[in-house]
Amino acid sequence: MEILKDALVQAIGLLLRFDPALLEIVWLTLRVSGSALVLACLAGVPFGALLGLAKFPGRRWLLVLVSTGMGLPPVVAGLIVYLLLSRNGPLGGLDWLFTPNAMIAAQTVLAFPLAAGLTSSAVQEVPAGLRLQIQSLGATRWQERWLVLREARRGVLAAVLAAFGRIIAEVGAVLLVGGNVAGKTRVLSTAIVLETRQGNFALALALGFVLLGLALLGNAILLRLEAGSRS
Amino acid sequence: MPSTKRTFSGFLLFCSLLVLAACNAGPPARTLRLATTTSTYDSGLLDAILPDFEARYGVEVEVIAVGTGQALALGEQGDVDVVLVHAPAKEEAFVEAGHGSARFPIMYNDFVIVGPQDDPAGVRAAPNAAAALAQIAQTQSPFASRGDQSGTHSRELELWAQASLTPPASEDWYYSLGQGMGATLNFANEKLAYTLADRGTFLALQSNLPDLAILFGGQSPADNPDPALRNFYSLIPVNPEKNSSIQADLAMTFVEWFTSIPTQEKIAVYGLERFGQQLFFPDSDLWRRENEGK
Repeated sequence: MEILKDALVQAIGLLLRFDPALLEIVWLTLRVSGSALVLACLAGVPFGALLGLAKFPGRRWLLVLVSTGMGLPPVVAGLIVYLLLSRNGPLGGLDWLFTPNAMIAAQTVLAFPLAAGLTSSAVQEVPAGLRLQIQSLGATRWQERWLVLREARRGVLAAVLAAFGRIIAEVGAVLLVGGNVAGKTRVLSTAIVLETRQGNFALALALGFVLLGLALLGNAILLRLEAGSRS
Repeated sequence: MPSTKRTFSGFLLFCSLLVLAACNAGPPARTLRLATTTSTYDSGLLDAILPDFEARYGVEVEVIAVGTGQALALGEQGDVDVVLVHAPAKEEAFVEAGHGSARFPIMYNDFVIVGPQDDPAGVRAAPNAAAALAQIAQTQSPFASRGDQSGTHSRELELWAQASLTPPASEDWYYSLGQGMGATLNFANEKLAYTLADRGTFLALQSNLPDLAILFGGQSPADNPDPALRNFYSLIPVNPEKNSSIQADLAMTFVEWFTSIPTQEKIAVYGLERFGQQLFFPDSDLWRRENEGK
């Protein structure tokens, strides 16, 4: 197919030339999704571990909430964050709307349930026998939870991978809260929408290849970390 | 466990019902694929007049609203039967390249410059649109641009050129959005920015844009002091030689209906009730001949 060939050539050309517009978009994509991933995991993994291991009233309901959050449609998350950050909204004073901060916020909202929910499942998979062993060796509650989390690190890595996958290619929420402003809030996914709308299909495909490449790279790095952590 | 089995089969049943519901029942009616611009669509005109065509000819009109560039690209690729855009230069190139049979003028309206009520750039007092933009640039007031090679965007660029200015690629006050008119207006409302909008879309969405007002262009197209803000729309049937699924005859029927006097009259009254003024002015060849000298 002619257009695929054109797109591949264009993508390679743009990257080799270090095309400044493209680099700016790639850098913003990494910044936004990277920040959201870090925030979501820093908050989500410990939260998920607690959810999976601790017993407290309302735990069932929290699990349901987190489960629902995992399937939350990105545009709905975007809409809610938009309404919160709009000038007339409760958080309008932050002046975050149509800035990368809003995009990071929306993507964190999307990634958090995945990080928490899958971590929760992962720690619950750890055999009960192991937990008993740890307890019998005199570990405190928190030491026990930390050890179980470490034991479940493959599952936790899968949670991080899933969260990364969800947000690196996300377009609905970042388009709504970011506005796709050139040089300010344009990321790879929203740039693809723009170029497609303008009929520049080869360029749109080229951007798609770059996005795929980033996703592949991210996954490769995370999997490498997983392989390295195997003791 | 029996209850898990039941829940699972219940879920399977739900999924199969969804799939069944998604399949259309019965053969589809004839469909005319029309590519148009987001601003045309956002004005609401098509929703108001198309039912008449659909009822009269038993045809379903599938409207694909995208940027001017993509609308013409859809025509070029033969993915639609007819194109409705408002970018005369691009249209002429389109027809010359053999993608469309001819341009059929259908209507016109105008662009206006909208912005925050307090008008920091003093646009209200500008002598013409280009001067207004120059004032916005000089005061570095926030300005939202379509940034999507659309008809509106092309006009904006022409106005900048008229003022001997190049819109900055990366400055704090110039926002190039790459989105449709509705989204751009919403952004401008939120950021209290100026923008160039087609009057029709602005009026149709005005109730959602409480912080924007028309600052240059008059309260109706007749009052618009700047002829550079006139906006002409055309229909272009796509060249049927591109592929076998293009319905040239249906496209021509659509053109004839759109340019006919009754439809042109309906276009003339669109907006009178809702907004107190008409949003589009009929401009087909038939209409012009009928109203010559009136």
